[in-house]
Amino acid sequence: MALGAQPHNEAGIIQPLPSGLTAAFTLKGVRQVKDGITILDGVELDIPHGAITALVGPSGAGKTSLLRLLNRLDDPVSGDIVYRSRAITHYPVRELRRNVAFVFQTPVMFPGTVRDNLQAALTLGGRALRPCADTVAPAAGQDAERRVAAAMALAELDGTLCDRDGDRLSGGQKQRVNIARALMTSPDVLLMDEPTSALHPETADRLMETTRRLSQEQHLTVVMVTHRLSEARRTSDMTVVLEHGRVVAMGRTADVFENTTNPRIRAFLDTER
Amino acid sequence: MPPFVESSAMASRSILEVSWFDLAWAGGLMLIAVGISHWQKLGLAQRLVIGALRTVVQLMLVGYVLVSLFALDRWYLVGVALLGMLLVATKAAVNRQFRASRTLLMITGVAMLLASGFTLLYISTLVVRVTPWYNPQYLIPLFGMIVGSAMNAAAIAAERLASEMAARAAEIEAYLALGTTAQQASQHPVRQALRAALMPTVNGLMVVGIVTLPGMMTGQILAGASPLIAIRYQIVVAFMQAAAVAITTTIVTLWYRRTFFTAALQLKVPTNAAAA
Repeated sequence: MALGAQPHNEAGIIQPLPSGLTAAFTLKGVRQVKDGITILDGVELDIPHGAITALVGPSGAGKTSLLRLLNRLDDPVSGDIVYRSRAITHYPVRELRRNVAFVFQTPVMFPGTVRDNLQAALTLGGRALRPCADTVAPAAGQDAERRVAAAMALAELDGTLCDRDGDRLSGGQKQRVNIARALMTSPDVLLMDEPTSALHPETADRLMETTRRLSQEQHLTVVMVTHRLSEARRTSDMTVVLEHGRVVAMGRTADVFENTTNPRIRAFLDTER
Repeated sequence: MPPFVESSAMASRSILEVSWFDLAWAGGLMLIAVGISHWQKLGLAQRLVIGALRTVVQLMLVGYVLVSLFALDRWYLVGVALLGMLLVATKAAVNRQFRASRTLLMITGVAMLLASGFTLLYISTLVVRVTPWYNPQYLIPLFGMIVGSAMNAAAIAAERLASEMAARAAEIEAYLALGTTAQQASQHPVRQALRAALMPTVNGLMVVGIVTLPGMMTGQILAGASPLIAIRYQIVVAFMQAAAVAITTTIVTLWYRRTFFTAALQLKVPTNAAAA
């Protein structure tokens, strides 16, 4: 178990993966440096399959940098990342990304309507790509229009928005379009980088409910960076606390939030109380 | 020799020669520009004077070089001259870039070599039918006009692509994250760069003869050629410049784009997303 070997004396609670959960990702000694600054410093971490894992920590802790490594938007300078028992670099990168989808902090709308945005995920591949994992594969013969409707339903997007220009949507609607677009490739993993940071609290709550339901119904692995600790507490199964590029606490969300005794980590976890 | 070249002799008139004394009078016009700079405190007077002196010296040198090349009439000397023009133009195009690099220098140089070389070959063999094939009287001015257009287009294309890639970094990463190729992810920046680089040529084709009288055509008319001959040459020049610009722009844009991505389809342009 990778986490058991976390070599920091100041670490808070460090739990192995609960029994019954297997690792979707395993990070071993992952180090990331940007512009001469160490962003991640020997991260050892297991991310469970089919659950929601929240990455929390103060600004600059390396949360987004870690997330970007999981579908190879960036590569680490050293260390290994294993995805479903194979080194992440052994997958063709385009197939990996179709299986490990990414939702960005600021929603990005492509030119055109909501339908155009969603169908872009199907047509831009140039050819139908075979998923590198065998879960949630689209049904045979399912046409683009049906997949658009299905993805919109999964992301709880109003079907009447289908022909609306993407730029005319609200922030919450745009983020749902981005989630729906990410779901178009039937991914196994959904990486979400502070998806609610620009949304009203009510909209953010509804989006988190959607995320929770997606994880449960689609058996989707969700890794979510959030600066809202209440969101992590309510939505995630597992919580990882990062500080200065190191994992300082990790385990079941309830245990991390209730049983952490390290004063510094405790103070951070209590900031929203 | 093509028919319209022959007929130019029939239509030629006597040339009014500009003497050195006449040039001194022309220099008086520069004094107006210097005077305005001084009056409005623009701080450009010295640079205007230096610029005027450089214009005189550089053009005199070019004049003597061309006279020597025409007199010597050697294919290898013409080749050296064309290569020199290409190298200077390449350097000038890259020096304007914010992201100047040796890679961009190579890309621009190769693009301009291929585009200008092909266009000159096409024009000199199929259109103007230059004899002998290296005749410097034709090749050097034609190549100068081709390379000049290609240089501007290459500079605009590279600059626009770099700025669009930076401005659209989030969009490009969103495409990449869906599993697209680098070509698909950067389709909009590439389109913008191509359009920006081609637009001056398109606009030029639209207004030529109406808003502007091109320098080459004006020069021929001043030198005594019939306007009907001059316009035919000018049409050839317009078409060859359009071709050179299109080829250069395409090569620079598509090749330069590759430098913005790693082998693992990662965007090299810095993004804010990675900061957290």
